[in-house]
Amino acid sequence: MAIKLRKLIVQVDETRIEMGQAIEPPTRRAVAIAVIDNPYAGRYEPKLDALIEAGEELGGLLGNKCVEALGIEPGDAQSYGKAAIVGEAGELEHAAAILHPKLGAPLRVAVEKGAALVPSAKKMGTLGTAIDVPLGHKDAAYVRSHFDAIEARVADAPRANEIVVAVAVTASGRPLPRIGGLQVSEIKGEDGLR
Amino acid sequence: MFEIRRVLTHVEDIFHEFGPAPAQPLRRGAIAVVLTNPFAGRYEANIEHAMEALKPIGLDMAQRLLAAMKVPHASIEGYGKGAIVGSRGELEHGALWHVPGGYAMRELLEKNGVPTNAIVPSTKKVGVPSTALDVPLTHVNASYVRSHFDAIEVRVPGAPAADELVYILVMSTGQRVHARVGGLAKEAVVGKDGLR
Repeated sequence: MAIKLRKLIVQVDETRIEMGQAIEPPTRRAVAIAVIDNPYAGRYEPKLDALIEAGEELGGLLGNKCVEALGIEPGDAQSYGKAAIVGEAGELEHAAAILHPKLGAPLRVAVEKGAALVPSAKKMGTLGTAIDVPLGHKDAAYVRSHFDAIEARVADAPRANEIVVAVAVTASGRPLPRIGGLQVSEIKGEDGLR
Repeated sequence: MFEIRRVLTHVEDIFHEFGPAPAQPLRRGAIAVVLTNPFAGRYEANIEHAMEALKPIGLDMAQRLLAAMKVPHASIEGYGKGAIVGSRGELEHGALWHVPGGYAMRELLEKNGVPTNAIVPSTKKVGVPSTALDVPLTHVNASYVRSHFDAIEVRVPGAPAADELVYILVMSTGQRVHARVGGLAKEAVVGKDGLR
């Protein structure tokens, strides 16, 4: 394993009632969070290959953890997102190295297909910093019912030389979507947008 | 009388805390349910009957937590519970959780051969949505086992609303990941009075 993992967290958030309305079936969203050592903490490095590799490993690990925790078949995943919080001895580009070059491909294997871009967020932070992981439909970014976000937060991370990496996968959109736009039933799933 | 609005499960593996990694990582889990508070917004003298209504909810939560943790009953060594009351409620509404929450975990573990003589430690507070609660953890059979004194922060983003309650159960599979401050060891537990 290339990454040095200190903690691994998996959360499932199930909503059964929203604004007094029963949600049938309940919406279910999972977020898997890894706390890893930042090999580039405390100095400027022109190349960030170790974190790019870490991203590849984490895309599969965290994506699979989400799908497993939801108890669904990979193809039943509906939306996804990713985010990272870099401890203060690192730099924002470290989050980019993890999230953008290689994390997506193994995540798409974990959720089957995934034509749409994986929405992301990144920030610098400290212990207990929360990040809102954006969520979008995995095959068509314009599906309006699935625009959402789920909070990821680890009480004792990131330490200065750590990075918190989160991947979110859902089995549903928002609990009571009613603002129109592209529907799941209308997805073509070719260009990742519609 | 209670409607479950939302259920959040949290499972974490702690591989190390900057010391030598144990062969088996520590696994800790929490389950939080968001419920409507039937007593929100008024003083109600008689609330004790609500504890009965919470019993099946407690048992269901304990089972769900163990299932999410994916470990056998015998692996559970620590437990705790907590409550966060929304701002139109009072602290005493959190206290309703003591009996149904604690005995749910004890019943589930005892039925499966795990002795649980120790009191289930707890915390409670009144809070706004996303308030964090530090839920204490202690050994399930002997409260004085020093290696198992711990706490886990539990927080439900967006809950409790003013007229809601968050009830929490937590379990763990062992001692703090680098426990080394002496005291009663789990191997030395007598297991009669719940303390030692």
